[in-house]
Amino acid sequence: MSGRWTWFNITSVIFGMGFLYLPIVILIVFSFNESRLVTVWAGFSTKWYGALFRNEALLDAAWVTLRVALLSASVATVLGTLAALALTRYTRFPGRTLFTGMVFAPLVMPDVIIGLSLLLLFVAIGFDRGFLTITLAHITFSMCFVAVVVQSRLVSFDESLEEAAQDLGCTPFHAFYKVTLPVILPAVISGWMLAFTLSLDDLVIASFNSGPGATTLPMKIYSQVRLGVTPEINAVCTILIGIVATGVLIASIVGRRRDIQRKLDEQQAAQEG
Amino acid sequence: MSNMFRRLTIFIPYIWLLVLFLLPFLIVFRISVSILEYGSPPYVPQFEFESWAGFIDKLGMLNLDNYRFLASDALYRNAYISSVIIAFFSTMFTLAIGFPLAYGMARASTSLRPILLMLVILPFWTSFLIRVYAWIGILKPEGLLNQLLLWLGVISEPLTILNTNAAVYIGIVYSYLPFMVLPIYSTLEKLDYSLIEAAQDLGCTPLGAFWKVTIRLALPGILAGCLLVFIPAVGEFVIPDLLGGSQTLMIGKVLWTEFFNNGDWTISSALAMVLLIVLVVPIVLFQNAQAKATEAGK
Amino acid sequence: MKSLGNVRRSFAPWIDPKSVPYIRFENVTKKFGDFTAVDNLSLDIFEREFFSLLGPSGCGKTTLLRMLAGFENPTEGDIFLDGQSLKGVAPHNRPVNMMFQSYALFPHMSVEQNIAFGLKQAKMNKSEISDRVQQMLKLVKLEKFAKRKPHQLSGGQRQRVALARSVAKRPKLLLLDEPLGALDKKLREETQFELMDLQQELGLTFVIVTHDQDEAMTMSDRIAVMDAGVVKQIGTPAEVYEAPDSRYVADFIGSVNIFEGEVKQNADGLVKLDSPDGFSEIQAVEDHKFETGQKLFLAIRPEKMNLTRERPTDANAASGEVWEIAYMGDVTNYIVKLDGGKMVRASTINRKRAVENPIGYDEVIWVSFEPDGGTLLDR
Repeated sequence: MSGRWTWFNITSVIFGMGFLYLPIVILIVFSFNESRLVTVWAGFSTKWYGALFRNEALLDAAWVTLRVALLSASVATVLGTLAALALTRYTRFPGRTLFTGMVFAPLVMPDVIIGLSLLLLFVAIGFDRGFLTITLAHITFSMCFVAVVVQSRLVSFDESLEEAAQDLGCTPFHAFYKVTLPVILPAVISGWMLAFTLSLDDLVIASFNSGPGATTLPMKIYSQVRLGVTPEINAVCTILIGIVATGVLIASIVGRRRDIQRKLDEQQAAQEG
Repeated sequence: MSNMFRRLTIFIPYIWLLVLFLLPFLIVFRISVSILEYGSPPYVPQFEFESWAGFIDKLGMLNLDNYRFLASDALYRNAYISSVIIAFFSTMFTLAIGFPLAYGMARASTSLRPILLMLVILPFWTSFLIRVYAWIGILKPEGLLNQLLLWLGVISEPLTILNTNAAVYIGIVYSYLPFMVLPIYSTLEKLDYSLIEAAQDLGCTPLGAFWKVTIRLALPGILAGCLLVFIPAVGEFVIPDLLGGSQTLMIGKVLWTEFFNNGDWTISSALAMVLLIVLVVPIVLFQNAQAKATEAGK
Repeated sequence: MKSLGNVRRSFAPWIDPKSVPYIRFENVTKKFGDFTAVDNLSLDIFEREFFSLLGPSGCGKTTLLRMLAGFENPTEGDIFLDGQSLKGVAPHNRPVNMMFQSYALFPHMSVEQNIAFGLKQAKMNKSEISDRVQQMLKLVKLEKFAKRKPHQLSGGQRQRVALARSVAKRPKLLLLDEPLGALDKKLREETQFELMDLQQELGLTFVIVTHDQDEAMTMSDRIAVMDAGVVKQIGTPAEVYEAPDSRYVADFIGSVNIFEGEVKQNADGLVKLDSPDGFSEIQAVEDHKFETGQKLFLAIRPEKMNLTRERPTDANAASGEVWEIAYMGDVTNYIVKLDGGKMVRASTINRKRAVENPIGYDEVIWVSFEPDGGTLLDR
């Protein structure tokens, strides 16, 4: 789509973006507030950040969250990629409709339902709740997001590439490993990143499935937020936003550079040829 | 691909989802027809599977007390109704803000578009909890919004927004906006602008062309966006809990309270089952839309 | 002795009953669900042959090629390569390489790496691989582009990388799926000759799938014309053009006029057809005996038709009105509406730059042809 960018278009974009970003910007700004009163500006300070690094409980929670996110994102990426392959490559197998349903349903399923149902499963089979149950729960819902991301790349993947590899002497597994995987790798990586942040962000599912000693950062933030807004929380949130934003920004800049370079290369090749 | 590889590709994720997604629902169902007991676990199953014959017999003797209780208590009934109403209206508000934003993005120049897209995606990656939390500081009585309005002289007394339904609406619209914008944007971006010119060439007014071509072709994206907002919003917990007040009745919050504060697993399970039933139709709609989009992409 | 068309080379193992086919399709049927893509097909291809599978899309030609490569398995029947059944042999174990229609170049590998891919799979040692890669690059004239990625190449260069990659392993049999389909006309014509040279130089057997009859005619030793999963005719380019054995083949290859009539007389190698389509009778040279009264078709190419203002002495003549004239440069094509109402095509070669008093629109003229100009068909 193109055409003229009207005033209406410009206004809606500015308004929409302002709406999306203003609360985040305010949150970040007030994490540097000298005063404990979050809504009154009393000068610049980084003292709340310093306080964070002396808060053992918070650091513990952050460490748990990080481990859960790394582990669950990695397993979810493998499972989600397999699920995406199954969805795009195999149009006929018994129970495909059920499978498709199970992949897409968690994308919209309310967290409370997923959280509660998994907890009840773990209780029913006598699984102690804690680090492992949170990780398993996160794998389950984030693998579906990975599946959707990878699937959207696989749909446009030229399957004759894999056939060519087999034709040149690869076994089917080797062909996948040497050709398909490198080609869809960017999608697999963004799937991993998505799974990682989903796990990092999750409060509800983790709350249902956590046990003693396994408090995640969102759970910790939540319990403090209930007591009121504090600059420490603003500081934690700012750090989290910073990490995620840096990751996403780098990924998209790298991706965009590659796209631009690719376009230039193609133009040049067409001129030479 | 060889059969072995193929089987594993399907088998591993399939089994995983069966055990950790489908089976839990069956257990939720079982517990929802169990009797509450104070102990660990705090329920007595009434529904053990022994044989098919026994299974059929027992179907008749299911303990539906929990569901009867849900139906008899106005609190739960109202919670479902108000969840659906809040989710529906916030979906509409999100559409009202999201569509013009997506439309504006799609009409931007090709060099600007990726940047705008990234700007919409970025909050989507940021923690939900944090984004909801950010609004507390803005909406509370001594918060920034009231400070601004007082300073402008629009109001003389601080407004009570936090801990009301209005705050819940703001929270949902804000948190789910990217889910609305992204599917609409992706349909609008693919839309061939010459279609609109053709419609105008054939006698449509610009507004007519917008309605008959742009909106019409963006419908799949609009539908996907609305479902992506509506379904999770119905079961939302964090937003009503942090931004809503005591009178804000939403089923996700009720379920959480029953489970964590009252320790009533059987009622929580029954609540989850009913919530699932409420959401079955929109979820099936969503899946059909997804399947169609996948087919179209091929 | 008269021969059909111009003889290309003295290479014709299919004539010799003693020669053993290199590839043999034996009663091969391939079904996809209810759809029969290849229907009980038998076919022999000989070593060092340049063999084309020609037909419209959906005729089963690509399926045939994919069965040779091992990406599809026959539902019934068997395929033999060098006397060995290919049943159950996985694609990576077949001594066959394929050049894909999309080229299927690995986008994450350079030209060099693409060409070396198959060699690495074959566990060749490093120095051998690099020698072979250099040799292949030289063969396809891409030495300067060794380090480039596929997206940094033009269409023609990509096509040559795909070719180099598929012949790098020195397969005895190369399968080519529409190898020139993505190139523009001029490049396509150049590349046709390059492919022929390469096949000669390496002594390979080529099986090529194409829907472009000019391409098939230019390059092939033999062509199999396919339709709806069956082979309609196999023959040299000249055979399928000058002696098609069905109306389908006659019509698919080149343009043709088809007249319909009943056998009136059949003697001394001459068949006379009764008053078809505006001709009083048609005479055709034919050794085969047909029964009197049998319905036959005569297929005749436009360039074998003569156009004259005076009534010609040719046996087969009819008068008509010039309906359409298309000047193509090398030839001029005419459509003439015969007095019986039938439209016929005729073409003349423009040997001179200027012609005095050329045939014009609406002119009444005579169309005629020699008795040995066309082919009699009974199907």
